[in-house]
Amino acid sequence: MAEKKELTCINCPLGCALTVTIDQNEITVTGNTCPRGEAYGKKEVTDPTRIVTSTVPVDGGDIARVPVKTASDIPKGKIFAVMESIHAVRVQAPVHIGDVVVKDAAGTGVDVVAARDVSVA
Amino acid sequence: MSGFTKGIETEHVGILVIGGGPAGLAAAVAAKKAGISDILIIERDRMLGGILNQCIHNGFGLHTFREELTGPEYAARFMKQAKELEIPYLLNTMVLSIDRDRRVAIMGRDCGLKTITADAVILAMGCRERPRGALSIPGTRPAGIYTAGTAQRLMNIEGFPIGRRVVILGSGDIGLIMARRLTLEGAKVLTVAELMPYSGGLKRNIVQCLNDYQIPLMLSHTVVNIHGRERVEDVTIAEVDEKRTPIPGTEVRYECDTLLLSCGLLPENELTRTLGASMCGVTGGANVDDLLQTDIPGVFACGNVLHVHDLVDYVSEEATLAGENAAAYLKGEVAARSEGIGITADGGVRYTVPQRIDPLSMRNEVTVRFRVADVYRDKTIAVYRGKTRLFARKTRVLAPGEMEQVKLDRKMLEGLTKDEGLRVTLED
Ligand SMILES: Cc1cc2nc3c(=O)[nH]c(=O)nc-3n(C[C@H](O)[C@H](O)[C@H](O)COP(=O)(O)OP(=O)(O)OC[C@H]3O[C@@H](n4cnc5c(N)ncnc54)[C@H](O)[C@@H]3O)c2cc1C
Ligand code: SF4
Repeated sequence: MAEKKELTCINCPLGCALTVTIDQNEITVTGNTCPRGEAYGKKEVTDPTRIVTSTVPVDGGDIARVPVKTASDIPKGKIFAVMESIHAVRVQAPVHIGDVVVKDAAGTGVDVVAARDVSVA
Repeated sequence: MSGFTKGIETEHVGILVIGGGPAGLAAAVAAKKAGISDILIIERDRMLGGILNQCIHNGFGLHTFREELTGPEYAARFMKQAKELEIPYLLNTMVLSIDRDRRVAIMGRDCGLKTITADAVILAMGCRERPRGALSIPGTRPAGIYTAGTAQRLMNIEGFPIGRRVVILGSGDIGLIMARRLTLEGAKVLTVAELMPYSGGLKRNIVQCLNDYQIPLMLSHTVVNIHGRERVEDVTIAEVDEKRTPIPGTEVRYECDTLLLSCGLLPENELTRTLGASMCGVTGGANVDDLLQTDIPGVFACGNVLHVHDLVDYVSEEATLAGENAAAYLKGEVAARSEGIGITADGGVRYTVPQRIDPLSMRNEVTVRFRVADVYRDKTIAVYRGKTRLFARKTRVLAPGEMEQVKLDRKMLEGLTKDEGLRVTLED
């Protein structure tokens, strides 16, 4: 049975309404105006990924929280699991941009890293 | 606090930059690189970086660095440059007023009240949100109502919990981004209501912030009532007709403890007004020429204080130009300017920045930025000199949420007269 998904392409302001049809191993995209839309549609239904950003409390820092992000995109289905791992940590100042805050978050193989420096208060 | 110390005893500087956000930083870096050593940035906050400090989401710098950075990371790149160039700055210091002779009154935690004179001033104060008072929603005024940007600052910088069940009014980018942020932190965002029949935010934000989390976007809807004694208890949302008047009988009540308002940004121009610079009624920013100079010689403007930008990359680009031009002004390289020739915006183009251009002393190329009034399909962006079409570009879709630009070549404008005029328009 073929499965159909309706998506909006985000690669340019046109925002084409894509219909992605998944029929066993065959994926077809319609509604796109250019090849970028086709590539986006295929990726979104097979392996959708996102970068996750949040903040983590800092002890002894000149600011109360440090912004963090996943070092690269993670599977969309793992977003909330990654958030849980982020919620479980606190860090100690000083923090440097790029410091690993959570190693291999939720088994994604991707680290959560600091997105700014925090000095000691 | 100050950095790369230019003592707070300073009485005079070459270029004074007001605001240490991405615009102020890029302008200062560019002026320094252009050979001006005597620069001072004044920032009222306790850190540099401006609004980017609270924009912890990714999506910055796609154009400039070909990378998807978070706001703080984008800011850090420019702070690093400012640091390497040893550009002095004062934090916790507010500019109170400026006059036409570029005497600037400042008030700081460390320096108290004092006056600095500057040979050139760059306005880079950014924008702020339309305050709640400006929106006429009936009902009580309990706690739990925030503008989206205030909620963003409280949550991302102070770590303050905002609410558990949230309704958002307005689909500007900050509202969309906060919808996702609150959801990730465990809140339930019930809906985003938008008065207009289209969203004010970027498409990527609708997909990645709302659709990803099945948060409904209700276009042509608005909040008609707020209930609650001490804290918001529920809000009523109704559909609106073409005149944006609520349609009776369409009201639905949403039980919630928080209402976020994301209803647009306004350039922060109190200072510019006290200066007496000519202002643009559409952008809320100063009127500038092709050097981004206001009608007061030696005073330049860039970034969100000039017009609200959707992409920080364009803020940095514009600010770099303002910094270079201020440096050229100081070095006496800017020829005496005529009052310039106004650029007319029509046919759905709401405004242009710059608003006027001096064909005699312009650079070889000038970028004209603008926004459109509505969503348009299959239009051509055209620039006319008198009756002659200088430039045309076909577009598939234009939307008010996205800034557009055209580039004008000096050669195209040679000998341009006031009578001919210059016009940016949309046509079929
Ligand atoms: C909430 C939000 C989300 C955004 N998301 C994105 C995004 O995802 N991607 C993207 O590319 N762009 C985004 N943008 C746009 C972009 O980040 C902004 O346009 C950019 O930060 C504007 O830079 P600025 O320097 O003009 O203003 P600001 O960053 O606001 O800086 C202005 C600075 O001036 C200071 N100041 C003001 N008045 C005074 C005074 N009198 N004395 C001293 N200091 C003063 C302020 O404290 C502030 O630090 C977003 C903007 C906002 C508001
Ligand atoms: S399919 Fe192509 S034209 Fe359509 S939105 Fe995507 S990138 Fe733009």
